[in-house]
Amino acid sequence: MRKQQRVKLVFSYILLVLIAIGCIYPALWIILSSLKEGDSLYSETLIPQKLTLEHYMDLFRSQSDKDLPYLKWYWNTLKIAITSMILGTLFQVLTAYAMSRFRFKGRQTMMSLVLILGMFPGFMSMIAVYVILLQMNLLNSPWALVLVYTSGAALGMFVAKGFFDTIPRALEESALLDGASHFQIFSRIILPLSMPIITYIALTTFAGAWVDFIFARLILRSRENWTLAVGLYELVNTYSSTEFTLFAAGSVLVALPITLLYMFLQRFLVHGLTAGATKG
Amino acid sequence: MGNVSIHPERTTGVGSGLIAAILSALIMGLGQMVNRQWAKGIIFLIAELVSVYLIITSLANNIWGLITLGDQPSRMEKVGRLYQNVPGDHSIFMMIYGLVALLYIGLLICFYIANIKDAYRIGKKRERGERANTFRQTWKMIGNQGFPYLLLTLPAIGVLVFTIVPIIFMVLMAFTNYSAPDHIPAKNLVDWVGFRTFTNLLTLKSWSHTFIGVLTWTIIWAVVATVTTYFGGILVALLIEQKGIKFKGMWRTLFILPYAIPQFISLLIMRNLLNFQFGPINQYLRMMGLGSVPWLNDPFWAKVTVILVNMWIGIPVSMILVLGVLTAIPRDLYEAAEVDGATGFQKFRNITMPFVLFQTAPILIMQFAGNINNFNVIFLLTNGLPANGDYAFAGSTDLLVTWLYKLTLENQRYNFASAIGIIIFIIIAAFSLYNYRRSRSFKEEDMIQ
Repeated sequence: MRKQQRVKLVFSYILLVLIAIGCIYPALWIILSSLKEGDSLYSETLIPQKLTLEHYMDLFRSQSDKDLPYLKWYWNTLKIAITSMILGTLFQVLTAYAMSRFRFKGRQTMMSLVLILGMFPGFMSMIAVYVILLQMNLLNSPWALVLVYTSGAALGMFVAKGFFDTIPRALEESALLDGASHFQIFSRIILPLSMPIITYIALTTFAGAWVDFIFARLILRSRENWTLAVGLYELVNTYSSTEFTLFAAGSVLVALPITLLYMFLQRFLVHGLTAGATKG
Repeated sequence: MGNVSIHPERTTGVGSGLIAAILSALIMGLGQMVNRQWAKGIIFLIAELVSVYLIITSLANNIWGLITLGDQPSRMEKVGRLYQNVPGDHSIFMMIYGLVALLYIGLLICFYIANIKDAYRIGKKRERGERANTFRQTWKMIGNQGFPYLLLTLPAIGVLVFTIVPIIFMVLMAFTNYSAPDHIPAKNLVDWVGFRTFTNLLTLKSWSHTFIGVLTWTIIWAVVATVTTYFGGILVALLIEQKGIKFKGMWRTLFILPYAIPQFISLLIMRNLLNFQFGPINQYLRMMGLGSVPWLNDPFWAKVTVILVNMWIGIPVSMILVLGVLTAIPRDLYEAAEVDGATGFQKFRNITMPFVLFQTAPILIMQFAGNINNFNVIFLLTNGLPANGDYAFAGSTDLLVTWLYKLTLENQRYNFASAIGIIIFIIIAAFSLYNYRRSRSFKEEDMIQ
């Protein structure tokens, strides 16, 4: 019996190690590739014989043969992602709060509508959004992206609503009796209690804006206005076969902030995922 | 509301409710003014004046444009001695303007009805001898009872402009002939064609062949992708939570890594990792004497590859969810089972599995719907390739969504793309409805609470 158990445990550890290697390997490989000399995909060994930061430097200095304003892209992306995160989170949280805490005419209809709208493939409406932005004279502007991301944020309200639903109503009722206004209740009672879910929403909104390459590619026409994701996608299409190591360095820099944020804020992710799932 | 004070100016005799309502029906705001609610009345009146102005100057035209979609194609006209290109009607812009006009009029009608109801209600109140609210009181009431509406106004406008209008526009597009090569504005006009796009999609040989093929693969993909990530997640979670496994936190953190790397990046990495000639995976296989696998180049292998890569991406999410459920299983269930002499496997079969399945079943269906629309994995990994000569604008691994994307942005077959979008919507709506029904019956069962 004991021996059998030990065999099972050893077998489990082997399996865990194998899975862990599977999880880490692609990330490790791209980091090592970005530090490799030369520019080809093919490598004799996993760990390069000679390490170099050349490719990272290449990204940040202007070169005559290619137009890669990487620093500008980084700044654009940061600007768009942070603004969208703040506004989008605000919209989403306020919508969820209204839907969770108040009973008003049209509430059920609005909730069903949000559900139904979520069933259409997102970029099916891209052509129409494009025409609308064209009419508003916003094409090629980073604010167009912020506007569109923020406008769509309310549709993701179910996660936060599920969370608000679990906060006992008695808390607000006593505050109402004490003469607090709706705004005070929201800012003094609900917000402090909801920090985990707000962190989750902010994180996912930020990441969403950070990696969007489909819509951003459609809206941002001129090269210097691009975001990292658009630029990187372009890098892949034009240089991936010829300058793989440059692509590797570029993708490490794009992925790093998001990956680190996700790893450090893991706890909140688990929170958000579970809240969204059980209340779906 | 105990002290109803009689105020000569603000109260009136019998029948004023009806009169106010009729007046408001004639001209918005008039009833409110009769009710002595001047500020409110003026706001309604201004709204009416602005609307009438807009309708006369542009809205009526726009709606006419939506119906006709334009009748003047761009053409060459003789100006003096030279022929010049005269721009014609742009059907697609006319369609959007018409849609916006229609929405405005819809909102106006709602506002109009609210105005009549309001005049009637206040009039009745005055008949009873109560005084109508002053503007300041009304304002305060909006701040209190209307608080949720206040919160929702901006988000609602955003959703209306950037989601609802585009979606209606897209649905309308399926009923036109808006498509390359012959019906692309501003060069040509676009016309309404009824259900012809749908019948073409199902009966024209090249289209129907592609449609059936892509639809079949989409469903196979969604089922296999959902099942593999779901059960993969359960297995990994159980592996970590086993008795006697040390460093549980470390394993969990390591296994979340694929979820933490943006999909966009990890998929592009995978594409290179699996490169037939130079990718390291084939390099290792060759070193072991196994030969190269055409991961992304062979129609069958490409399908296997996208499912494998999707497991790498999707298992962490299921794992997180299942870990959450596992910690929620009451300990005493296991203790009771141990007292009864249950083996480890029996405990797993009769306690763990039912609990996990029961708690996560709704997610399973949600993930299935998500996988039908899983754009990233296919688009970034294979871009629908390898090519399939029999398909119209689609490759062997294309899903309905990626096909839709190609039809829209690469080939300008907008009407077909819209029709496919509507079909995707119908499929997902059917599953969601089923899910909703089931989860309701789940709640009624309340086996576990």
